[in-house]
Amino acid sequence: MYGYSGKILHVDLTTRKTWVESKPEEWYKIYIGGVSMASRLCWENIEVGCDPLSPGNPICIANGMFAGTPVPVGGKYGLASKSPLTGFIGDSLSSSWFTIALKRAGWDGIVIHGASDDWVYVFIDDDRVEFRDASQLLGLGTFQTEETIREELGDDQVRSATIGPAGEKLVRVASVTNDSRQAGRTGHGAVWGSKKLKALSVRGTHGVSVADPDALLQLSYDITQAAQGPHTQKYRILGTMANVLNLNRLGILPTRNYQQGVFEYAELISGEYLHEHYHVKTIACAQCPIACEQMSQVKDGPYAGAMTGIDYEPLYAVGSNCGVKDLRAAIKTIDICDRGGMDAMSTGVTISWAMETFERGIFTKEDFKCAKYPEGFEPNFGNAEAVVTLAEMIRDREGIGDLLAEGSKRASAQVDAERGTETWKWAMHIKGLETPGYDARGLKTFALGLAVGTRGACHNRTAAYDPDIKGEVDRFSVDETRGKLAKSTEEYAAVYDTLPLCKFIRRCFTGKADRAGAWPAIAKLINATTGWDFDYDAVDLIGERAFTIKKAFNIREGWTREDDHLPWRWMHEPMKEGPSAGYVVSEEELEYMKDLYYEAKGWTKDGLIPKEKLIALGMDDVAEEIGV
Amino acid sequence: MPTSTSKYQYITCDPTKCVGCQLCEYICSYVKTGEFNTYRSRIRTVRAEEILITAVACRTCEDAPCVIACPRDALSQDPNTGIIHVDANRCDGCAWCVEACDFGAISINPETKTAEICDMCEDLEDGPQCVKWCPKEALELTTPDRRAQRSRRKLAVEEVLGR
Repeated sequence: MYGYSGKILHVDLTTRKTWVESKPEEWYKIYIGGVSMASRLCWENIEVGCDPLSPGNPICIANGMFAGTPVPVGGKYGLASKSPLTGFIGDSLSSSWFTIALKRAGWDGIVIHGASDDWVYVFIDDDRVEFRDASQLLGLGTFQTEETIREELGDDQVRSATIGPAGEKLVRVASVTNDSRQAGRTGHGAVWGSKKLKALSVRGTHGVSVADPDALLQLSYDITQAAQGPHTQKYRILGTMANVLNLNRLGILPTRNYQQGVFEYAELISGEYLHEHYHVKTIACAQCPIACEQMSQVKDGPYAGAMTGIDYEPLYAVGSNCGVKDLRAAIKTIDICDRGGMDAMSTGVTISWAMETFERGIFTKEDFKCAKYPEGFEPNFGNAEAVVTLAEMIRDREGIGDLLAEGSKRASAQVDAERGTETWKWAMHIKGLETPGYDARGLKTFALGLAVGTRGACHNRTAAYDPDIKGEVDRFSVDETRGKLAKSTEEYAAVYDTLPLCKFIRRCFTGKADRAGAWPAIAKLINATTGWDFDYDAVDLIGERAFTIKKAFNIREGWTREDDHLPWRWMHEPMKEGPSAGYVVSEEELEYMKDLYYEAKGWTKDGLIPKEKLIALGMDDVAEEIGV
Repeated sequence: MPTSTSKYQYITCDPTKCVGCQLCEYICSYVKTGEFNTYRSRIRTVRAEEILITAVACRTCEDAPCVIACPRDALSQDPNTGIIHVDANRCDGCAWCVEACDFGAISINPETKTAEICDMCEDLEDGPQCVKWCPKEALELTTPDRRAQRSRRKLAVEEVLGR
């Protein structure tokens, strides 16, 4: 087999035993890699119905066929566990050296079972596995943990995925970080923390072979060259931060906990402003010829010295969404999240819930006492220092940070139970995962895509904003096309997330990002790597299968149609101003679109998957368990 | 800080352009070993701190310390190109050359136990493959003299035009 070793490494933290599982080529042809293979490994290895923070929830890592080759942007891996935020599949992606080290060590995937009694880090040195004491790493930030392990092992090519202080304290919005990239969403850091696993370190010294290296080199060279042109200009220069002004113009830039869609200070937090004042260096993930990460540094004021890569999604969450107009405070907050090991999106949106709860008089200054402010503070929207402080308090579970560390769904439920309030109405999440940087009241196809998303409110797992924003459909109304569009855009995204390839390369194959423009080229890359004979249809099926295994996982964990919901605010409070003013997504609209979507997917009206559908996708054993 | 004393060409990296993607290492290891393995690359990317990134290969020093250090006379320097050649029959992988190199540009092949050093792809018509592949044009073949000329020109532009 080319492109794969055929081997999955199992590590049990309870018994400290390891074993190797061989998988047949047919299994790889169905699950491929990335989020699909990681989710499948989770399906195979979880104790069904377990608490996500119990030993029965496995950590599942899957790299891809392109890792360790010159295929541009192919150095990514999928990470899956049952999410402590949603109780459903938590599938995340990260990238760069860690996945390539894993590939060279000879592993297609890693499954970590059980839980350790003492803090440990696991060192995978090619085919040798070592359980190492992690007590000296406790409390260290993510980047510092990686460096300390490299020092300790004496090799700067050792790559580690780590958790920061937030993961150690089981903060539910905690992430897993490697090479300054995050498997950010759905709370993986808490799962690692529950197992007392501080880091997973890898040294891989073997070479990677492919079926047709000459063909693969030529294809890769051409894509690398195309990736320097206009197709990636947005990412190379402003990065995703170019979105701030675009989305503000459309009236969908989340502002003050989604009470508004237009931020009057958008210019001050724009990609253009960031680039001019704070940008210090553009860097790339390993194996990426685009380079989109805009490293930004605060040079003056109380947050001087803070530095991290700034992307749109973390920025809207801790910026406009908290009413913050000072980029220096936003960079500081994201720096705290990145080094502390937290998802800046969920952190920001949970903070904005707390700010609104304060402004409505339910929380008072007293609730915000902490070591830094013994008398408490007043977190009105726009109070930048309050956002910085709350991020630190969540990371350390200090004071009210202990409540907010649970994420907006649990925090609001707890407050409402204790105080008889209805703060859940402005808790902005779907299935427990906080909403992304697009207000869906002005993007109705996207609203459907988010509602039915298997990991909750995620802009990466559905590209349904595309037809809305491009004007291919009326973004303010619903019609019979939306079910098919939601299916088509989520499966499109899932092809990239499964191979996995970074979506920023999508226009570089032929200049056109649609299926016709990309799938034939991707089929050539797959075939040159593996020696298979994939065609357009085979590539297209990758996405449908990926979504199917994730959905099957959720069904087995108790998913019902009611779980495909939207935040109350988007369904009941019309947007107040701007180009999207007056719009909500009504109950009737949402249920109508869900019917259309389940029908387009070939599922039942209850959203369950028929046996024959699963068998047609090659998932006979899944059909046995959850098919109807 | 060690500097090259070379009159010869070598591969240099502009750290303001390098993004740390490692494509140079992929292509180098493939050209030299037939596999993709950055461990076996003769050019190495370095990320010293989060934003300090560059790549390093042999600087073809004059009176190369690695040649002098070799106890078995396995290394020799081509008088025309400055490229260091390794006689695999003599080299026993003792790594004295690795220690002698101020640039960290030499490594020992873990399987054959011989030294490996950048040869600027001298046997290939289109020259060093890392330079050809570098997506950000951060790598180039140059000499210290040419770098000095460029620095002078840059200085002139800055001082005269103030930009």
